[in-house]
Amino acid sequence: MKQQTSVQIQDLWIDLDEFHLRQIDLNIAGGEYFVILGPTGSGKTVLLETLAGLHRPRQGRILFSGQNVTNLPPEKRGIGFVYQDYALFPHLSVAENIAFGLKLQKIAPESIEENVRGIAGLLGIEHLLGRRPKTLSGGESQRVALARALVVEPRLLLLDEPLSALDPEMREELQRELARLHRQLGTTTLHVTHDFEEAVALGDRIAIMNEGRIVQIGSPEEIFKKPESEFAARFVGVKNIFEGEIRSGENDYKVLRLSDSLEIVLTTPLGGRVHASIRPEDIIIAREAFRSSARNTFRGRIVDIVDKGVLAYITVNVPPELTCAITRRSLKEMELREGLEIYVAFKATAVHVF
Amino acid sequence: MKALFADKMRTSFVVLGSLLLLFIAWPLLKMLSASPPGLLWQTLLEDDVRASILLTLYGSLIATVIAFVCGVPLAYLLARTDFPAKWLIEGLVDVPIVVPHTAAGIALLTVFGRRAPLGQAFDLLGIKFVSAAPGVVIAMLFVSLPFLVNAAREGFESVEPRLERVARTLGASPWQAFWRVSFPLAWRGILSGMIMMWARGLSEFGAVVILAYHPMVAPVLLYERFESFGLRYARPVATLMILICLLAFVLLRVTARGKESKA
Repeated sequence: MKQQTSVQIQDLWIDLDEFHLRQIDLNIAGGEYFVILGPTGSGKTVLLETLAGLHRPRQGRILFSGQNVTNLPPEKRGIGFVYQDYALFPHLSVAENIAFGLKLQKIAPESIEENVRGIAGLLGIEHLLGRRPKTLSGGESQRVALARALVVEPRLLLLDEPLSALDPEMREELQRELARLHRQLGTTTLHVTHDFEEAVALGDRIAIMNEGRIVQIGSPEEIFKKPESEFAARFVGVKNIFEGEIRSGENDYKVLRLSDSLEIVLTTPLGGRVHASIRPEDIIIAREAFRSSARNTFRGRIVDIVDKGVLAYITVNVPPELTCAITRRSLKEMELREGLEIYVAFKATAVHVF
Repeated sequence: MKALFADKMRTSFVVLGSLLLLFIAWPLLKMLSASPPGLLWQTLLEDDVRASILLTLYGSLIATVIAFVCGVPLAYLLARTDFPAKWLIEGLVDVPIVVPHTAAGIALLTVFGRRAPLGQAFDLLGIKFVSAAPGVVIAMLFVSLPFLVNAAREGFESVEPRLERVARTLGASPWQAFWRVSFPLAWRGILSGMIMMWARGLSEFGAVVILAYHPMVAPVLLYERFESFGLRYARPVATLMILICLLAFVLLRVTARGKESKA
């Protein structure tokens, strides 16, 4: 594997139109898949474009493997950039789009063609090479954009909301594709998104950004287990997230074995280490053990009850802790209180795996 | 077609609009019918007619090339950047459209005339503007450059800036990003601007006649024949000019049509 580039961002301040980035400090290890998570308008794209050399920071330094690139123009940085809207060159064919960067390097035509075929094969788009960008679907366009960025073997791959313009099915497929490409090529990657699940599924580490500042950096687990600010907690906003190992179960079901050795039955095409989430609304609470169509039933103790008006959130320690949402009326009728032993149940299909 | 006569209001609008269309088409058709092809051919064989038509065609072509070299960069800047008093520059580009063209000719004469410093400087290089072909070119350039600059600007504005940025990250210098991405994508807009400018240059009379009565461009020749010999002598030349301009116009519509279908 070739030398992997690390990225250091030191005390970076950027002012661009209505965007103001403040005191950004990030250390991204060589070969790391780093995700910046933040709401729309938080300045994520501006940060990526500044790393690419498209904007000049007001202050601060950017180092690639220790080399100061702050004043280098974009063409000298060795960057691959993929935009949300693909930004394919409409006047060029798919093959010409992919070859764009190679042609600028004055490489022999035969070896350009070989490289283009190679990367197209890696991304499964060989059959599209003769097509025009406007005839491609969203998923195909994004694969072409990825191929175009990767074929020049960039030191750093910058992905600006690469999955946001895709429909949910295609998004999941390309998300797996990004993970696979990263495993295979090992290119240091910086990916910005507003989608928490995307961040957790792909990121080795996540930085949360708000109003031009980085508010928290950590592993996905650290971020969702210990959000350091109200903003992070609200933005992350997902309860009942677990990490575990997928194993095959009976029939079409799979089993997710959590670190606290709990086993959850679910359905998913994924395998290996994954994350799973269950919406609090999808969990049923019962005072006594009962038979139902729900494949997952566990016994646990109520450790917390938060009354939010119409809904009440009940935290049940199985372990792990599960948060369930029930109506206030059910809360009263079932006479739930902290310390009570109860049963929780949810269907295999209510578990979202990512 | 039905929608045109859907109600009484529309029907009366059709009648009123048709009057205006007839007003354009009738004299043009009348000209063509009054000049049989034989007569047109004969006129075309006259030396001074041929010379003036050629001068008109290539004078306007040179003006268009000059405007292309300097106007495309200007159009790009106007499309891509913001700077103080940009509105002033935009206004300046449009000024030639609104000033009387004879006044534009006088203004050019005060700068490029024999006694003006710039005119004298060019004189040293052997370039004369007064009563010479270069005068024709600068007169045409002055009055018709807004067409090219504005069309090219619209062409560049329709190119997504992200495409240039991606090109830069892929290793393109600013020049390479321009020539490989921005320019080809804006080309149709630029081309239609060039044709519009060229056609506008062909028909210029006011500014040209002030700087260079001789050598005669076609509109001046036309005017002279009308003044000296009357309508019958002027008409075949006028018809030829109209045909040439129509040709340029058809060319323009074809490129514009191509642009729409591509978008």
